[in-house]
Amino acid sequence: MSAPNIKKEKLSRQPMPEQEAHIRAKNFDEVPIGLTKDMAIKEAQRCIQCKKPACVEGCPVGVDIPGFIRHIKEGNFTDAITKIWEKNSLPAVCGRVCPQELQCEGNCVLGKKDDPVAIGNLERFVADYERKNRKAALPAKASATGKKVAVVGSGPSGLTVASDLVLKGHDVSVFEAFHKPGGVLVYGIPEFRLPKEIVFSEVAGLESLGAKVACNNVIGRTVTLDELFEEGYEAIYIGVGAGLPTFLNIPGENLIGVFSANEYLTRSNLMKAYMFPEYDTPVIKGKNVITLGAGNVAMDAARTALRLGAESSKIVYRRSRDEVPARGAEVHHAEEEGVEFFFLTSPVKFSGNEKGRLTSMTGLKMELGEPDQSGRRRPIPVKGSEFDLACDLAIIAVGAGANPLLTRSTKGLALNKWGYIITDEKTGKTSRKGVWAGGDIVTGSATVILAMGAGRQAADSIDNYLAVGW
Amino acid sequence: MFEIVKREVMAGGTVILNEIDAPLIAKKAMPGQFVILKATETGERIPLTMADTDPEKGTITIIYMVVGKSTALFRDLKIGDSYMDVIGPLGAPTHLEKIGKVICVGGGTGVAVLHPITRGLKQIGNDVTCIIGARNKDLLILEDKMKAASNHFHVCTDDGSYGHHGFVTEILEKILKEEDVKLVVGIGPVPMMKAVSNITAKYQVKTMVSLNPIMIDGTGMCGGCRVSVGGKTKFACVDGPEFDGHEVDFDELILRLRAYTDEEKLSNDTYCQVINA
Repeated sequence: MSAPNIKKEKLSRQPMPEQEAHIRAKNFDEVPIGLTKDMAIKEAQRCIQCKKPACVEGCPVGVDIPGFIRHIKEGNFTDAITKIWEKNSLPAVCGRVCPQELQCEGNCVLGKKDDPVAIGNLERFVADYERKNRKAALPAKASATGKKVAVVGSGPSGLTVASDLVLKGHDVSVFEAFHKPGGVLVYGIPEFRLPKEIVFSEVAGLESLGAKVACNNVIGRTVTLDELFEEGYEAIYIGVGAGLPTFLNIPGENLIGVFSANEYLTRSNLMKAYMFPEYDTPVIKGKNVITLGAGNVAMDAARTALRLGAESSKIVYRRSRDEVPARGAEVHHAEEEGVEFFFLTSPVKFSGNEKGRLTSMTGLKMELGEPDQSGRRRPIPVKGSEFDLACDLAIIAVGAGANPLLTRSTKGLALNKWGYIITDEKTGKTSRKGVWAGGDIVTGSATVILAMGAGRQAADSIDNYLAVGW
Repeated sequence: MFEIVKREVMAGGTVILNEIDAPLIAKKAMPGQFVILKATETGERIPLTMADTDPEKGTITIIYMVVGKSTALFRDLKIGDSYMDVIGPLGAPTHLEKIGKVICVGGGTGVAVLHPITRGLKQIGNDVTCIIGARNKDLLILEDKMKAASNHFHVCTDDGSYGHHGFVTEILEKILKEEDVKLVVGIGPVPMMKAVSNITAKYQVKTMVSLNPIMIDGTGMCGGCRVSVGGKTKFACVDGPEFDGHEVDFDELILRLRAYTDEEKLSNDTYCQVINA
C-alpha cells in the first residue's frame, strides 16, 4: 500500500518501543526495548543543531549533545559514542536513568512547541550499539604518572573519578564494600530499569583501561583512610553514597514485612531474590504492598513488588501529584503497570498479627497548606481522617541519610549537621588534605548524573593536585 | 582468596570450624566483631561472629552449626576450597575492662563467640567464671579452651549426660546469690540470652549479650538487622552486635528471626534433594 501524498513530513518524536505493560509487570526484563537504527537516525534528524545548544547547558557533565546526534544522523554510530565518551564514561547507564526532562531534554528548544529531541534514548542507543559491536577505539590514555589514587565506593561518582583519572595516567584502585561493584546501580536500581550486565560491562571496561577494582573492602573497617595513605595512595576520593536508611519512627515499624527500600531492593537486585530459590536470598513477596514515598526509589520498589506477584501495589505519598519527585517516565510506567497512587496520605502506624507479621497500615489524610522551606506546599493533617489499608508488605522509601561508618572512623573530615561531608563546591576538596568527596555522601540523595558531575570535578582537581599540590 | 586452611568437625558433625585465609580482616579484627561470608555466586550473605583470629598467619576462625542450605554450603567446602566472599571485620568490638568478678555464659555455638571475649576478660585481670551448656554431651564444643580461658568453670547439659543436669541459668543464679558479680556476658540461642538477662535483672548485674539477627550488608545500609533496645531501634551490624541484655526486646528478635522460616525450609529441602539425587 502506498502512502498517501502528504506535504512535507514533520518528524515527530520516535516513541521508545516497550514491553507491553501487562506482560512486563510480570517479568524483570528491561521495559524499553531500545530504538532501532532507523528510528535513531530519524530521531537524530529532528535535532536542529542549535549554535548555542541549551541542551548541553542542562547536562551536568557537559556532553556535546548536538555533536553526537550529528554523527547518528549520518549513521556514524561509532563516532557518536566516541564523542559521548569525551565527557561521559557511563552513557548506557545515563541514557537509562538520567532525569532528562529536567536536564538536556528539558532545555531542548523543540520542546517549546513540540516534544524535545529524545536525547536520552539516542544516548542509550549508541551506547548499546557499541556494547554489541565493539568498534570504537578505547579512549586514549596518558602515559603513566606513577601516582596512586584510591576511590572509595564504586557507584556512579566513583566510577567516573576512576575512569577520568586512569585516562590521565594515574594508578587507580577502586574499593567496594559489597561483593559486586556498581554501588546503587547494582543494589538499588532494578534489572528492569538498568540491566546489571550493562553495569558490569562498564566496570570491565574500566578494568581493561587499567583500573583495579577490589570488592569486599569496607573502607573504615577492613582498611582505614590513614592506612591507604600509608600504603602510598596520594589522593583519595570518597564516593560512598548516602547509605543510611530513613525510617518513619511510627509504631509497628519492626513488624516482619516492613522494609527499608534499601533492604527490599538490595535483596531483590544485588542478591537476586527475584530468582529465589535458584538464588538463596529470599524476600517477602507481599500480596498487598504499600510503598511510602514517591521518588524514583519508591517507583522501583512498587514496580518490583508487582513483578514478585503482588495483587495490589500502592504508592502512599504525603504530598500531591505535583510534588512527586520521581522521573516522569517512572511514574508513567508505574501507572501503566497498575501501581495505585494515594496522594496526600501520611502513614501513622503499622499493625500486625501474633506472629509479628504486618497486616495493615493506618494512614491519615493530608491537605496542602503554605509553602515550606523547600518551596513545596506543606502537607497538613486532616483531623479524624485516619483509615486502614490492608497490607502484608510495606516499603519505606522516603530518602536516605549519611552513613557514618567511614566518616566516624576518619579523622579530620568536616561534616555538616546531618553528617554529610563538607566539600568545596567547585573541586570536591574536603577539609582534609589529599581527600575529596562527591555524590550522595556530600549532597544527600540525588541522581546518578549529579554524582557523576561531582566525580568529574573532583577528578580534575585530583589531577591538578597530583601535578602541582593542594 | 579466602581459602580454608583448617577444618574441624565438632559436636558429632553438626558444628564445623573453618580457619580461613583473610589477612586484611585478621589484622584488624577484635573480640566480638563479625564477618559476612558468602560461599558461592548464588549464595546468601551470612553474618558470623569470629571465634578467633591469627594476625600473623593472616587467618580468621568461624564456628557454625549446620542449620540450613547456606550453612550446608559452608559445610561442603573442604580444606583448600575458598569462600567466594568474606567481608569484615564488622560491628563494634567488645568493650573489655577490668571490673572484678565476671561470669561468661555460653550455649550452643555461642560458646565459640564467647571464647575470645572470655579470654580477653581474663587476660586483663578479671576473675572469670565460665558456664557453658548444650543439649547433651556430644553437642558441647570448646570445653578445653573455655576451661583454659577462665578461672572457674562449669558445664551443664539439658539431659544430664555430662556435668550439671540442667540449664546454665541454674548455675548462674546460684553464683549470683552468693557472690558479688560485676558483669555477666551471655551468648547463645536467643531464649538462653533472654533467660540469662531475666535472672541477672533480678540481681541487678550488668549483662551483655551478642545478637545475630538477619542481616544483608553489615554496614548499616539496609536496616534489616534492627532490634529494639531500651525502646529505641538499633542496627545490630553497626550499633552492636553486643547490647545491654536488660534493654533488648528478645521477643521481637525471636519473631523477626522467623521472617523467612518457610523460604528457609524450601531452600533446604530443594538442596537436600539435589545432594541426595
